[in-house]
Amino acid sequence: MPECTAKTNALMPLEVSGLNLDLAGQLLIDGIDLTISEPGVTVIMGYNGAGKSLLLRLLHGLISQTSGTILWAGQTQSNAVRQRQAMVFQSPVLLRRSVSANIDFALKVRGQLDAAWRDELLELVGLADLSARPARLLSGGEQQRLSLARALSCRPDVLLLDEPTANLDPASVAVIEDILKSACAEGVKIIFVTHDIGQAKRLGDEIVFLHQGKVAEQSAAEAFFTHPTSQVAQAYLEGRIVV
Amino acid sequence: MQDGGSAFALAFGLLASADADLLEIIGLSLRVSLTALLASCLIGLPLGALVATCRFPGRSAVMVLMNALMGLPPVVVGLIVYLQLSRTGPLGWMQLLYTPTAMIIAQTILITPIIAALSRQVLEDLHTEYSEQFRSLNVPWRSEIAALLWDGRFTLMTVALAGFGRSIAEVGAVIIVGGNIDHLTRVMTTAIALETSKGDLPLALALGLVLLVIALAVNALVFVMRQAAAKFAYA
Ligand SMILES: Nc1ncnc2c1ncn2[C@@H]1O[C@H](COP(=O)(O)OP(=O)(O)OP(=O)(O)O)[C@@H](O)[C@H]1O
Ligand SMILES: [Mg+2]
Repeated sequence: MPECTAKTNALMPLEVSGLNLDLAGQLLIDGIDLTISEPGVTVIMGYNGAGKSLLLRLLHGLISQTSGTILWAGQTQSNAVRQRQAMVFQSPVLLRRSVSANIDFALKVRGQLDAAWRDELLELVGLADLSARPARLLSGGEQQRLSLARALSCRPDVLLLDEPTANLDPASVAVIEDILKSACAEGVKIIFVTHDIGQAKRLGDEIVFLHQGKVAEQSAAEAFFTHPTSQVAQAYLEGRIVV
Repeated sequence: MQDGGSAFALAFGLLASADADLLEIIGLSLRVSLTALLASCLIGLPLGALVATCRFPGRSAVMVLMNALMGLPPVVVGLIVYLQLSRTGPLGWMQLLYTPTAMIIAQTILITPIIAALSRQVLEDLHTEYSEQFRSLNVPWRSEIAALLWDGRFTLMTVALAGFGRSIAEVGAVIIVGGNIDHLTRVMTTAIALETSKGDLPLALALGLVLLVIALAVNALVFVMRQAAAKFAYA
C-alpha cells in the first residue's frame, strides 16, 4: 500500500488570518480570522452566497486571496501541501472516462496506480457494479459518490467537502456519513460544507458559521445547536431569511 | 465534345474499369491531402493545446490571428508558397516547385490554422471544465495536456476531418505550386479544372463523382464520431 496513511495529522492546525478576497470590486471574503486545531469534523454553514465554497477554494489554494494568510501546520499552500488534501466540489467534475478510469487517473498522477485499492473504494461507495460505465452517464448522486471515492483514493490528511451529500438518497447519505466517520477515526481532518442541519448535528464536532464573507460564529457543535451566540445563526437554525 | 448523358456513361465506364490514370490522380490527391493533414495535426494540435491552456501576453491577438487564418484564400497561399519556392525565391535552391512536396506544403499552411483554431476551442472548453479538479489533484502540465487530448479525441477527430475536407477539395493552392503536371502533380481538383476546360468531360465527371463520395464519407464519419461521443458521454 502507498505510504500516506496518516494517523497523526501532518497539516493541523489550520490558521487563517486577515483573509480577504476581492473579486470584481466586491469583498466576497471579508477579513476572516479562523483557527481550526481540533481533529474531527468542522462543519461550515451559512446562507447561500455566504462565501462557503470560496473559502474552501481559498483553503485548498485553487484561488489566491487578495490579502491575508492561510497556514497549514505553519506552511503556506504549495503542491506538497495540496498533495495531502483532497477536495470534493459542489458539482462533481468527472473525466470523460469510465468510473474506474476516473479513480485510476488520480492514482496515476501520484504514481500510485493500485487496482485492488481502487476496487475497494468503489465497493465502499457502492459503485463496484458500475465500474465500467462512462462516469458522466452516472446519476447525480452516483457522480458525487465517485468524486468522494476519488478524493479518498489519495489517502489525504485533510478532506475538503462542498455539500458532498446534496443529491444523495437517505441510504447513500448514511453510507457516506459512515465513510466520513471512519476516515475521521483514522485521523483525517474533515472540513465540510452542508445545509443539512441534521447532518451537521450527526457529524460535526465544531461549527463555523459564515455570513456575508465573515465568520459570524465558531463554536463546538453542541453549543452551536443549543445556544447559537450570533443572531444570524439563530435565524438560520430557525429557518428565517436574513438580509 | 460530348453531351451530358454520354459523358456520364463514359464517366461511369472509367470508374467501373478502374482506369489507371484515374486511380493515379485519386491516389496522389489522397497522398497529398492526408500528408498535409498529418503535418497540420502535428503542428496545429500542440499549438491549439498551448493557447488553450496557457495565459500569456498577446494571447487574444494569437487567437484572433488563428481564427482569421482559417479563412485564408487558397490562391493566396499558393501564391505565397510559389514566391518562396520559385527559382528566384529564398527556398528556390530546394527545387520543390511543381512537386507533390510543394503541394503538401501549401495545403499544410492552408489547414494548420483550421486545426489549431478549432482544437483550441475544443481544448479550452475542456480545460475550463477540468482545471480546478486538475489543480486539486496536482496534475502536472504535460499529463493535463495528454488528458485533454485524450478526452477530446472524438471532437478532435471531427476537427481533423474538417481540415481534410478543405484540403482535398481546394484547387487554388495546388494548381499554382503543383502546376497540374500529368503523372506528377495532377490531383483531382486540378484535373477537373483542366479537363473541363479542354472539353474532356468524362474524366472530369468521374473525378467529380469521386470527390463527392469522399465529401460524403467525411461527413458520414463526422456523424459517426458525434454519435460515438454522445454514446459514451464524451461530448
Ligand atoms: N468568480 C466570481 N466572481 C464574482 N463573484 C463570485 C465569484 N464566485 C462567487 N462569487 C460570489 O461570491 C459569493 C459567495 O459564493 P460562494 O459560492 O462561496 O457561496 P456559498 O456560500 O458556497 O453558497 P451556496 O450555499 O449557494 O453554495 C456569491 O454571492 C457569489 O455570487
Ligand atoms: Mg457553495
